[in-house]
Amino acid sequence: MSGQSILSVRAVTKRFGGLTAVDQVSFDVERGKIFALIGPNGAGKTTLFNCVTGIYPPTEGGVIFEDRSIGGSKPHQVANLGIARTFQNIRLFDYMTALDNVRVGEHVRMRAKVWDALFKTAFERHEESEVQEQAMELLRFVGIERRAHEYARNLAYGQQRRLEIARALATRPSLLLLDEPAAGFTPQEKVSLMQLVGRIIDRGITVFLIEHDMKVVMGISQRIAVLDHGEKIAEGSPEDVRRNQRVIDAYLGKSA
Amino acid sequence: MSRLSQLVHENRQNPNAIAYAAMLLFAIVFPPVAQFTTGGNGDFLVSLAADGGVFVLMAIGLNVVVGFAGLLDLGYAAFFAIGAYTYGILASNQLISSPLGHGVHIPFWIALFVAMFVAAGAGALLGFPTLRLRGDYLAIVTLGFGEIVPRFFRNLGTISGGVNGITALDAPSLPGWLNGPWVGQALAITNDFKFTSGNPTAYYVLMVMLLILSVILVNNLYQSRLGRAWMAVREDEVAAAAMGVNTTTIKLLAFGIGAATSGFAGSFYGAKLSIVSPENFGFIVSVTVLSMVVLGGMGNIPGAMLGAMVLYYILFKFLPDAPAQASSIFSSLGLDVIAKPQPNGWPGIGEEIARAKFVIFGLILVLIMLLRPQGLLPSRVREQELTHKATEEAVFDLGAAS
Repeated sequence: MSGQSILSVRAVTKRFGGLTAVDQVSFDVERGKIFALIGPNGAGKTTLFNCVTGIYPPTEGGVIFEDRSIGGSKPHQVANLGIARTFQNIRLFDYMTALDNVRVGEHVRMRAKVWDALFKTAFERHEESEVQEQAMELLRFVGIERRAHEYARNLAYGQQRRLEIARALATRPSLLLLDEPAAGFTPQEKVSLMQLVGRIIDRGITVFLIEHDMKVVMGISQRIAVLDHGEKIAEGSPEDVRRNQRVIDAYLGKSA
Repeated sequence: MSRLSQLVHENRQNPNAIAYAAMLLFAIVFPPVAQFTTGGNGDFLVSLAADGGVFVLMAIGLNVVVGFAGLLDLGYAAFFAIGAYTYGILASNQLISSPLGHGVHIPFWIALFVAMFVAAGAGALLGFPTLRLRGDYLAIVTLGFGEIVPRFFRNLGTISGGVNGITALDAPSLPGWLNGPWVGQALAITNDFKFTSGNPTAYYVLMVMLLILSVILVNNLYQSRLGRAWMAVREDEVAAAAMGVNTTTIKLLAFGIGAATSGFAGSFYGAKLSIVSPENFGFIVSVTVLSMVVLGGMGNIPGAMLGAMVLYYILFKFLPDAPAQASSIFSSLGLDVIAKPQPNGWPGIGEEIARAKFVIFGLILVLIMLLRPQGLLPSRVREQELTHKATEEAVFDLGAAS
């Protein structure tokens, strides 16, 4: 199983005071596939993301990433191990250029020490120019290289979402967590986002996403888990989930 | 030569490059101009400028903490005190009366760096438990630290000299020094040169060297991955952590580097004044340096430096001179009614201005902040933050994106 699954969430529970936001949720994310987590607002999807990325420690249960337990690790440690994420409400470094945003993502892999930085050693200069090139390559990959030198906050909404993805990719993750990447997108933009996700998978990166939009989810995911009130009510292929009565009742309603 | 002209050409539009060039030029011409305009009595001015350099150095350091990393530090003078006291203890006869029994005299050039490391260590020590605090809470803790450190030195007994502080600190010395008409002497090389208060130009040159060194190093840091991590932490700590930035270490580094710069400044200050006393490192010093950084342009190195120079000039030259200047102006206009004390209780314009010194200082500060809220020489960021208009582009911009 472990060779197949890159991330496994084992009976994770997160309580805030008396409120149980995530209740005994378990699932496995398969390597090289797209896994989606869906559910109505307040179902606990983002809380689960935060438990995986170390922003909250889970109250109970464990998270295994690449055969290593990461429950309770700090966010920067999780990022170092190879999990990158985007945020539901875009959290870019507003007053840094798009290029610098991506270069912050590269930070994890850079090896220059304070000493190198102070005296601009040959090593540091070499690394900087390399990182600059890679950052530009990533901006090209998501299609916003023309705005590399603009402040992140001056980018259009769709470009900001793409920049967040580029910044996350800069950490060279093996698992990418996307928190509602298509929120606020036009149908046309959603199509191009799905293409982008496809190209990310082609790079050998596993994608784990939260999404509201059924078209996006059903169109690209290989496997879907459904949360409602913090509990997992279904898991399976898009077809299984679409036909599941509990899912229809809880979330999809009559439209499905 | 063509490289130089290319450099000039590339930076014609760069306000920071222009500011650096102007400051360097000013630093070079200042001593001779001061000597010539005062007919050879310019030592006082040169000495004042060297003291001002201490504040410029501190502003560079505090700018790393406040401007780059966004950590509000209200106790910055503590590190200045630690640097000065470290030098005082390591380069005077102070320890004769302590249990150690004899004075320690480490050469200035070594003690300078010892003081720097001690201050940086103190910064790390303070930062380690406190940097998980954010914003206002950190400000309060540093405020407390800034109050504790001078009191600590006041009560350290024989080691720090208590209320009287440490006197007769060693002056720096060099194997040789070049004197010339710029200090009102014939061109000659002095062997075994010892810095004295009679020759402030030497201190001035030393300070300019320290400043150039600090600017280069801090600027290198700013342009490295560290500088970007500082800004990332300032902009959004959660996102920075999610990108793999160890925010605690990064903030600690900012704190340590700020403290090191201040320690550097402190040991120079001790060496030049030849005395350190707990009275010199109060809250007012921290606030003054913070005002310099904010007024000059937070997050921009030449901005912070310019702010320090302007504020230092106002505080230590303009305001002390203002009473005498004003009364002589009014006297020369024949308005003795205003210039001289009158029987009706008017104390004379000079006295009046002397009394209202800090009101005037406050008014000048308010005026500068009203006219240039982003600082005298702002970073691009501050400029944008304060002038940002609601000219966001169309929210959905797919055409450009794909």
